[in-house]
Amino acid sequence: MCTMTEDSHAATNGSGGAAILAAGAGCLSLGIFALAGDALPWAHRAFNIWSPSGPLSGVSLGAVAVWLVVWFLLARRWSTRDVNLAFVNLAAFGMLAGGLLLTFPPIMDALQGK
Amino acid sequence: MELTYRDLATVLHGMGFGALFMLAFSGAIGVIYATAVGGGAAIYSAAQQRMFRIYLISMAVLAWLTVLSGTYIIYPWYRAKPPAGVVDLSRYPQRLLISNPMTAGWHDFGMEWKEHIAWMTPIVMTMVAYVFIKYGPQLALHRSMRRAVLGFTAAAFLATGVAGIFGAMLNKVAPVRGGSDAVAIRYVHHD
Repeated sequence: MCTMTEDSHAATNGSGGAAILAAGAGCLSLGIFALAGDALPWAHRAFNIWSPSGPLSGVSLGAVAVWLVVWFLLARRWSTRDVNLAFVNLAAFGMLAGGLLLTFPPIMDALQGK
Repeated sequence: MELTYRDLATVLHGMGFGALFMLAFSGAIGVIYATAVGGGAAIYSAAQQRMFRIYLISMAVLAWLTVLSGTYIIYPWYRAKPPAGVVDLSRYPQRLLISNPMTAGWHDFGMEWKEHIAWMTPIVMTMVAYVFIKYGPQLALHRSMRRAVLGFTAAAFLATGVAGIFGAMLNKVAPVRGGSDAVAIRYVHHD
């Protein structure tokens, strides 16, 4: 994953890459958790960590937890090095698109055969 | 001219945090682009750079305040279950919407989409603020990173737009009301 920087005077891009990829992971996990909470009764119950807000409380908290953990782990590994940002961006935007699609109700319903 | 406590909280969530956040978007795109293209350090002073950082941090804070107030203050009122025997559902917006096939879609499509997609915005805007603070004018030297930041900012704008439009429409079709009255202005009517 290590490459040359786009400019030798620039700071290493690892920290930025970690933040970008983690944001993508957070968005995708939001979509996956939202779908699971809607489709699976056990997930619906598990995500209901604060009854007044229902499963949304656990779905959102879970996605934020995934985002922060992924960011922390990636930042530890990448903060002092350069990474292939083209690959990172591709993965991050793929996860962002996945998250956007999975939160769209017609697609959620189609995946559940509704 | 009286509002209920829930009216006030809903206005604060939608107009105070959400709309202000939306208004700030064009500025965010401008700040990131102007600072990054051509090396912002050569164009903007340290004080201006600091102001840009504060601007993006403020946007991230507004995004968090919007989703947290929406999820943990407004949404519980929206999805409250009426006690047995209650036939007037005007204070139970979710139940009011799904009680009629003509309005059920506002919940099944509108609220279901809004409640989830909105949470992407604070995640994305925190990342954007972090990258900007970390790299600042050096974003001009990291074209791929700049493109990613601008792309994610655009996605956050889309997510916020969906949440904002459906939030406004839902509150028009089935407003979150109730709670104690809060008098905004006492105006006496004269014939």
